[in-house]
Amino acid sequence: MKRILAAAAIGITFGIGIAISGMANPAKVLNFFDFAGTWDASLGLVMASALAVAAVGYRFLLKRPRPVFEAKFHLPGNRKLDLPLVAGSAVFGIGWGITGFCPGGAIPALGLGEPSAWIFVGAMLAGIAAARTVRFALQQRATQNT
Amino acid sequence: MLTTDFTPIAALSGGALIGLAAVALMAFHGRIAGMTGILTGLMPPIAADWGWRAAFIGGAIAGPMLLTLAFGHDVTFASPIPDLWLVIGGLIVGVGVYFGSGCTSGHGVCGMARLSPRSIVATLIFMGTTTATVFVVRHLIGGLS
Repeated sequence: MKRILAAAAIGITFGIGIAISGMANPAKVLNFFDFAGTWDASLGLVMASALAVAAVGYRFLLKRPRPVFEAKFHLPGNRKLDLPLVAGSAVFGIGWGITGFCPGGAIPALGLGEPSAWIFVGAMLAGIAAARTVRFALQQRATQNT
Repeated sequence: MLTTDFTPIAALSGGALIGLAAVALMAFHGRIAGMTGILTGLMPPIAADWGWRAAFIGGAIAGPMLLTLAFGHDVTFASPIPDLWLVIGGLIVGVGVYFGSGCTSGHGVCGMARLSPRSIVATLIFMGTTTATVFVVRHLIGGLS
């Protein structure tokens, strides 16, 4: 129960941070990337600020033996710069550039009751589900062939 | 074209809260605060540890609600994008973040903060393609309809 309540409180902090920063506002996000037009530098400061706090926090935190509720820190073990990482990230940027929504901005935007956020998130979840189905099918075929 | 105001104080304070949430999720749950990874674990086949994931997502939605409804804070929002393009862009984002193993929160904040080479590469690539896409949409084809 404690870990659920803590996760909810951390989620609220994240959502409020996103809302205050402007990351939940597609117009502001798109303007950050429009260097040739109506440029708004704000989101650069959001990233810099979040990154600075996280970098300092992680530096102290990851020296400790374990997190409060778990036996170990769950850090991604994959170190390879592979095709899915590169191609997936490139594709993500195209969708972000079209809509101004990224997953971390769109989920809190749901709480603002904005219909465009609901449309985007519905489509995004469908995209994740479709991609997952394809990857599972490919993995299954690969194991059957060996 | 929608102009927006430069809001440095809001950007820095909001960003600090995002960073704080990332540090707290690592401190308590030992997890990367990446929206893609957390969401994916809630989709079938649902991860065994779905509880904290659902609580985090619920909190992330409730946060802006609290801010506007309980504290009367005005959160500016404007989406200049037609619905059809929201659907197309949403599908593209979903596929991209799944294969790319992360988005702005997971790679751009958490991964970059621990100097993960994968996250640095991913962030540079998606920031690049986002910039290119916005340029093409706004300056070459003159907007979406």
